[in-house]
Amino acid sequence: MPLLEVDNLKTWFHTRDGVVRAVDGISFTLEKGQILGIVGESGSGKSVTVHSLMGLVPSPPGRLESGTAQFDGSDLLQSAQRELRTLRGKRIAMIFQDPMTSLNPYLRISEQLIEPLVIHEDASREAAMPRAIEMLEKVGIHDAAERVHSYPHEFSGGMRQRVMIAMALITNPEILIADEPTTALDVTVQAQILRLLKELQTDLGVSVIFITHDLGVVAEIADNIAVMFRGKIVEQGSVLSIFENPKHPYTKGLLACRPRLDSTFTILPTVADYLEIIETGDGETELLEKEPDLVQPEPEKKVVGENEESLLEVRDLSVHFPVHKSLWRGASESVKAVDGISFKIYKGHTLGLVGESGCGKTTTGRAILKLVEPTAGEIRFDRDYLQHLPPEAMLPYRKRMQIIFQDPYASLNARLTLEQTITEPMHVHGLAHSHAERRDRAVALLEEVGLEAAFLRRYPHEFSGGQRQRLCVARALALEPEFIVCDEAVSAMDVSVQAQVLNLLKELQSRRGLTYIFISHDLSVVKFMADTMAVMRAGKIVEHGESEAIYANPRDEYTQQLIEAIPRDSVESIRQRVG
Amino acid sequence: MTAADQTPGASLWRDAWRRLSRNRLAVASGVAFILVTLLCVVGPFVTSYTANHADLKSSYQPPSTNHWFGTDHLGRDLFVRTLSGGRISLAVGILATAVSLVIGVAWGSIAGYFGGRLDSVMMRFVDILYSLPFVIMVILLMVWFERNFLLLFAAIGLVEWLTMARIVRGQVVSLKNTEFVEAARALGYSRLRIIFRHLLPNVIGPVIIYATLTVPAVMLLEAVLSFLGLGVQAPMSSWGLLINEGAEKIDVYPWLLAFPAVFFSLTLFSLNFIGDGLRDALDPKSSKD
Repeated sequence: MPLLEVDNLKTWFHTRDGVVRAVDGISFTLEKGQILGIVGESGSGKSVTVHSLMGLVPSPPGRLESGTAQFDGSDLLQSAQRELRTLRGKRIAMIFQDPMTSLNPYLRISEQLIEPLVIHEDASREAAMPRAIEMLEKVGIHDAAERVHSYPHEFSGGMRQRVMIAMALITNPEILIADEPTTALDVTVQAQILRLLKELQTDLGVSVIFITHDLGVVAEIADNIAVMFRGKIVEQGSVLSIFENPKHPYTKGLLACRPRLDSTFTILPTVADYLEIIETGDGETELLEKEPDLVQPEPEKKVVGENEESLLEVRDLSVHFPVHKSLWRGASESVKAVDGISFKIYKGHTLGLVGESGCGKTTTGRAILKLVEPTAGEIRFDRDYLQHLPPEAMLPYRKRMQIIFQDPYASLNARLTLEQTITEPMHVHGLAHSHAERRDRAVALLEEVGLEAAFLRRYPHEFSGGQRQRLCVARALALEPEFIVCDEAVSAMDVSVQAQVLNLLKELQSRRGLTYIFISHDLSVVKFMADTMAVMRAGKIVEHGESEAIYANPRDEYTQQLIEAIPRDSVESIRQRVG
Repeated sequence: MTAADQTPGASLWRDAWRRLSRNRLAVASGVAFILVTLLCVVGPFVTSYTANHADLKSSYQPPSTNHWFGTDHLGRDLFVRTLSGGRISLAVGILATAVSLVIGVAWGSIAGYFGGRLDSVMMRFVDILYSLPFVIMVILLMVWFERNFLLLFAAIGLVEWLTMARIVRGQVVSLKNTEFVEAARALGYSRLRIIFRHLLPNVIGPVIIYATLTVPAVMLLEAVLSFLGLGVQAPMSSWGLLINEGAEKIDVYPWLLAFPAVFFSLTLFSLNFIGDGLRDALDPKSSKD
């Protein structure tokens, strides 16, 4: 008998704008000692599914329409709040995405670890403390007896996620629900946490429901996979069968659209290549399978002329941020965000800047555009040196150098229409003579990035993340720049949207001869985009060269770690793991 | 709604107007506020009494066809006194709020956007003003302005802007590092353009709410100052003063309190609803279409 059996679960949200069928009739089972991966993009209903099981769906507007969830002879969905509370935390535990906010910053780690034992097992504090320390050791925190008395802020993100796992497992639960537990972590930390979860799962025999948007992660850890799309499970099966032989067109598209280290695509396939969604009215949709047309153009050969001068050259660039600055005292010390880096980029090329959070890659991008003041070093763009230019003198370069940010929600002024957003830069730089001319150019730009001219009068909040990022691209292009910094430009997106935006950026590059600095934490994405790449760590470049060469033969130890940490999702490695 | 339905050239303000005109409560409040204002401005000219005409023989008359709102202890017609008092209260409230709005928004946004030492100096100046006793400030200002009451209340605005400056600064500081402001800098927009076109429209919600709260606060303050003999002096009057006088005799002559209080509350409520409506109307995200 399975440990947990969910049948025909429906959770709908009754909002003012109508009924949202977040979870719409899904069934799955979880066997004892198994890891089930629930995979889906944002809005697919994967989180609502587990929140329904735990009785955590806010109601109203959420409502459980139907379904059963059999766990140890009782139905979780029919349980009273009180019974659910004793189940939650004791027999079914949960860990969340963001380790930075899931721990109470005012309580010591020890207090937070003991709490579940005190609540669920009536343990005394004295009896609970050794178990807390033992659990901390199990999740790989050294000197646990001392560190158990620390506050959360004294721990790094990865260590906090370990503490969260310790908290969840301290009562020996039978089911652990992990909701995107590694999404907020750097790739090397993610690899450690995945390894830890796998070890603990074998040691303690706990069953895991692992929710993620990342197919690579489930390939690394899950036994079975359920793929969710628009509130329904479109396909489920063993991890090997799904990766080897996906049946549903959505799964096929999802698997194909991720840039991978071993793929040779020059244009990424998208989910839309495999699947057409037909709205049949009253919220119902029909999915139509399509035969993907995956003809790949020949990769462009980018050659550097014999005497060609690079478009951008950075030499010994440093950016230091002062800390402890007050009105009376000057800066007492500083953080070296960027610490003496040099590189050059040729026209039409893409430089990938890779590294983990805090390595200085974002600051580098901003310093080149003088959005932050460089502390030392030279920035040469075309023939001119920018490092000492005052803001007013930067104006002519603003037209030629642009930036696209990570968060398409924060990077647009919510109070300007699309038209205002795109025409304003032209107006400021006097690029077109009349309002009508600017509007015509805005229309052309919208069409170039794949948006409709009819959107001109709308506001950004009416659009999805991917559409907004297209709008950001259109705004950057309004000045017809030669050079664009893409700062984690696709990092916040679902893979299917990411593929579209990456394709767009590539297409624009070859059409307009753009030069990019492509900043990302994701090596696979950088490999897809970049001709040359630089790996950054703690403000310095540790390895720099042709992308292909670096992936084929990483020389620096840190680069090797980064590549090693990428989840292995080839069919061979999965077969090896489950085999 | 499709985008094509909208008239071309619609701006933030025109869209806001469209949304505001659909908010029934805000429209009703706007109408009520305009009616009260018109009544106060025009009313005293068309009645047969004047605000200061005393008639001791008919003191403390209850409301009648002759004296609609009754009369006070000197037999003055309360209807005319309520309306002419309203002129002063509205003028005081709106003038002081406008002054505080202009200074507070400019001060707060400059301090917030430029930051650093300038910010520290500007905000410490605000802190110092905050710490000065309010009544002493008003007495000092009154000595300067020689009891011209309009100038005096412009001066109250000069004091009232402190909180506004803090609100605006806080909002601007939290917004200035967002990516859309950085994008604006990368596009080469001038600082003034960034402040006025990109930052201020995004802080307008709290500013409007606070401004609609300032108007009644100033009206009440005026009553307190007048009571202390620092504000409006007899025979002139204001809602605050009338309410104050009426409250003393509430058990015997309730109409003395009731009529000015009704006008005062009506104005307060309508201002609050107009404020709410404006805030929603100016936020494109709140539109349901």
